[in-house]
Amino acid sequence: MSTATHVPRVHAPRNYLNADYGWKSWLFTLDHKRIALLYLVSITFFFVVGGFFAMLMRIQLIEPSGAIVQPETYNKLFTLHGIIMVFFFLIPSIPAVLGNFLVPLMIGARDLAFPKLNLLSWYIYILGGMFTLYSALAGGVDTGWTFYTPYSSLYSNTQVTAVAIGVFITGFSSILTGLNFIVTIHKMRAPGLTWFRLPLFIWAMYATSVIMVLGTPVLAITLFLLALEHLLHVGIFSPSLGGDPLLFQHLFWFYSHPAVYIMILPAMGVVSEIIACFSRKRIFGYKIVCFSTIAIAVLGFFVWGHHMFVTGQSIYEGLIFSLLSFLVAIPSAIKVFNWTATLYKGSISYDAPMLYALGFIGLFTMGGLTGLFLASLATDVHLNGTYFVVAHFHYIMVGGAVMGYLGGLHFWWPKITGRKYPNGWAMIAAAVIFIGFNLTFFPQFVLGYLGMPRRYAFYPAEFQVLNVMSSAGATVMGVGYLIPLIYLIWSMRYGPPAEENPWGATGLEWKTASPPPTDNFKEIPIVTEEAYAYAPEEASGD
Amino acid sequence: MLRRRPAVTDAEAQAHSEHVGLMHQFEDLDQQLDTDTLGIWVFLVTEIMFFGGMFTAYVLYRGLYFMAFEGGSRILDVRLGATNTAVLIASSLTMVLSVRAAQTGNRRALIGFLIATMILGSVFLGIKGFEYHQKFVEHVVPGLDWAPEGATLAHIAPGGLGHAQMFFIFYFAMTGLHAIHMIIGMGLLLWLLVRAYRNRFTPHYFAPVEVVALYWHFVDIVWIFLFPLLYLIGGRY
Repeated sequence: MSTATHVPRVHAPRNYLNADYGWKSWLFTLDHKRIALLYLVSITFFFVVGGFFAMLMRIQLIEPSGAIVQPETYNKLFTLHGIIMVFFFLIPSIPAVLGNFLVPLMIGARDLAFPKLNLLSWYIYILGGMFTLYSALAGGVDTGWTFYTPYSSLYSNTQVTAVAIGVFITGFSSILTGLNFIVTIHKMRAPGLTWFRLPLFIWAMYATSVIMVLGTPVLAITLFLLALEHLLHVGIFSPSLGGDPLLFQHLFWFYSHPAVYIMILPAMGVVSEIIACFSRKRIFGYKIVCFSTIAIAVLGFFVWGHHMFVTGQSIYEGLIFSLLSFLVAIPSAIKVFNWTATLYKGSISYDAPMLYALGFIGLFTMGGLTGLFLASLATDVHLNGTYFVVAHFHYIMVGGAVMGYLGGLHFWWPKITGRKYPNGWAMIAAAVIFIGFNLTFFPQFVLGYLGMPRRYAFYPAEFQVLNVMSSAGATVMGVGYLIPLIYLIWSMRYGPPAEENPWGATGLEWKTASPPPTDNFKEIPIVTEEAYAYAPEEASGD
Repeated sequence: MLRRRPAVTDAEAQAHSEHVGLMHQFEDLDQQLDTDTLGIWVFLVTEIMFFGGMFTAYVLYRGLYFMAFEGGSRILDVRLGATNTAVLIASSLTMVLSVRAAQTGNRRALIGFLIATMILGSVFLGIKGFEYHQKFVEHVVPGLDWAPEGATLAHIAPGGLGHAQMFFIFYFAMTGLHAIHMIIGMGLLLWLLVRAYRNRFTPHYFAPVEVVALYWHFVDIVWIFLFPLLYLIGGRY
């Protein structure tokens, strides 16, 4: 593996990467760091597949009458794009890759509490992915990622059952990951590492895990009932047999709204780490940020009805869900203000991770504020089901979660691989992604406001300019994603070796070798200081 | 697993090597037991939410179509359901006694109580299987064999047959999921039995018995809710 490097490493110390070789040492590993890499490869694969479907959609929408496919195919494209990106990329992204790698390292443990469950979760994920890929190849599915009945029951003639089974199975992988994190964070912290000394990434992982453990089983049982209805041709959600389609939506969003926080909370944790490190300052109002993390996780369970304002739920339900949705904005805003206050008078340096983190703050703020439009009953009637919604949740999921994921990947890449990547290219890529992203999705806010509905293969000619802008932006963004893919793979072989703590960051993960040994620490550390104990005079010279 | 612990005293190292069953990531067996116990509790929370979604759907439809559900419930055999309830409660007792036996290091009692629990579990599944068989005889299995003859559901208003079918969907889905959990529990008990027979448990190392016991009690409690919801809403008793 290290034969072709120009930096001779005669005495390469034992680490988790060179401890063992061969495919068996990966597929049967119980090491949380290796399992994180298994997840990294798998979710990158699904990201490319999901991105491929997005690319076809943006090509289709260059022309008002549709450039390449028929409406039936277009329905399948946006359905598979959504299902793959949500369940097979975004939900596992930061928790299963960075969380798996970092949670034991950050709390000074040798591994997660249940290493076998951890490996099992990856196999479950792969099995669920197989079902979904099979269904994509066997004719696809056209219900939208939300599986709304009766599209998915009475009127379905596509592979709904296979996809439902795939998503059902994959849910258990995220339940197991969440369970593992909760138990590990409770029981395996190093001596002296009290709850309020934990890095904010750990708080974010904890809150995310609580949502995974509480929410995912409800999605599982919902999809189980849906598959049952589908296989046995009986009525559970079908109105023709007395079923209630709204019940499906309630159960679905009971998981799928909190699922948004499964995607964004980990990214917020990553951003907190990066902002503190690159401003050389302790996070402003550390405890408030901890509590806001928990508040988002808790409140997130009581807002699902805002997806159903126009479905015929009672107006009083609508009022309450609207009010509760506004409440989520408070802890979210607290985080944004506290990151900004951390930057204030900090010794800021701009490296690739910091660019992603700053991009996150801007894009998340836009995504969050436009969410308030949708949480208001009156404006939602106008905007519901338009491209405004599409733009809003892409600002959160791509502008927020994916930027956070890429920022974290760049921040901890030297720790994960023991190699450095070319910082110049990384900064260029971050800028290209930021520009491409805004060019793709900002026009969609306008399109939605003007009334262009989502999920249509055709559109009136007057919307063409904005759609072409969006497709052009998607191309730029695609190039932006390709650049890191190339230089990160390149760096694994040719990158200069990284020292123990290349960013001068605090945190236990930086106090062990890069890459860490299989056991993580030579000796379990004893923690005597608060998180983010950056001394002002320690400011880096560049 | 050739991983080494950090420098420890000889006494500790000796104690460690004697602790059969200690995983490398833990400091000692106390931490391991604590962790395993918390792990199963978190898992049970997941299970509550899993069954909870189905209970929610059941409660909604029972409220909407109460008469049809009541009529469906009358077809169920309350005597068999009550017997099964008693059997499961008894199995919880033998299960907790086996935990006690493991804690006190009484291998004979542990094996005996594990076998007793498995017998009671089998009785439950046997009775459940017989009830399912009856439903096929009466043709009230939605999706597979749904052709209730005049007499079976005669007490339900003609318009309510579709809704009675929904009652049986929930009956089979809920008791079926519960039965799958029972079968998994039986497998876990068998695994414990083999390990107990090989004398793997000590008064210091009994976490697996405790964890399986918590799971078993949970499955019992689910039934304690299922029994009245499905069997006792018929209004005859």
